[in-house]
Amino acid sequence: MAHAAQVGLQDATSPIMEELITFHDHALMIIFLICFLVLYALFLTLTTKLTNTNISDAQEMETVWTILPAIILVLIALPSLRILYMTDEVNDPSLTIKSIGHQWYWTYEYTDYGGLIFNSYMLPPLFLEPGDLRLLDVDNRVVLPIETPIRMMITSQDVLHSWAVPTLGLKTDAVPGRLNQTTFTATRPGVYYGQCSEICGANHSFMPIVLELIPLKIFEMGPVFTL
Amino acid sequence: MLDVEAQEPPKGKWSTPPFDPRFPSQNQIRNCYQNFLDYHRCLKTRTRRGKSTQPCEYYFRVYHSLCPISWVESWNEQIKNGIFAGKI
Repeated sequence: MAHAAQVGLQDATSPIMEELITFHDHALMIIFLICFLVLYALFLTLTTKLTNTNISDAQEMETVWTILPAIILVLIALPSLRILYMTDEVNDPSLTIKSIGHQWYWTYEYTDYGGLIFNSYMLPPLFLEPGDLRLLDVDNRVVLPIETPIRMMITSQDVLHSWAVPTLGLKTDAVPGRLNQTTFTATRPGVYYGQCSEICGANHSFMPIVLELIPLKIFEMGPVFTL
Repeated sequence: MLDVEAQEPPKGKWSTPPFDPRFPSQNQIRNCYQNFLDYHRCLKTRTRRGKSTQPCEYYFRVYHSLCPISWVESWNEQIKNGIFAGKI
């Protein structure tokens, strides 16, 4: 989860998110360089003693400051497209989970091996135990195995919602009448939080998503199915 | 087997629906719906010919894994009442 006043991205829990963090760092460095260059040029303009205002025709400089930004844009676009295509790679998932958005909770369906269906409501503040996270913890978490390609099918029963888990680099809209697919592989166990990311009414801020990622061997023992 | 109430996944080894190149895009609604239709068409044809409906179970497993159960229940209800819009 994010800590208070966090500005940066959360640590990655999937290979795609690791790539996204690297790309973010790369693009941010370019942005810093450009900003610094512009601020420096501005500073020089404001503090110069030169007063000649009849300067014209600087073809070489014009060429440089046209070609250089084009190169910079290509340097940003290439890694970006690489990651975009990486997210669309065909991977063979081992597990399919359905996530259905409602006003204002999520329903999860594990139907590969039977019919486990449950709702996931945010814990009301009065029901929090010591140590629970306010506005983030839920009554029933989504328990999933690590190091397994998982396919999430996301839809909605009423209005638009969005199923997001930042640490996995996931955000997929839950659109009524549409069944959006997203896949991920988690690399480490833990409890990961996300929040509904599409305005959906009064309690839009109060329908979080909590994933509990556990080792595959323990998942296979079936703790999820003993409700 | 046409009794839509008694549908449970068959026993045996099953992982999850594989990648279907007919439906490569993000919106998998057609994948879910097509397998649902194929299951019922398979049931209808094989029952009419007096053959075992065991091969139809593949389609059942795929749509059971992909389709939200509320949709499946609503479609089954429509089939039972004879108002299902799809061609079976």
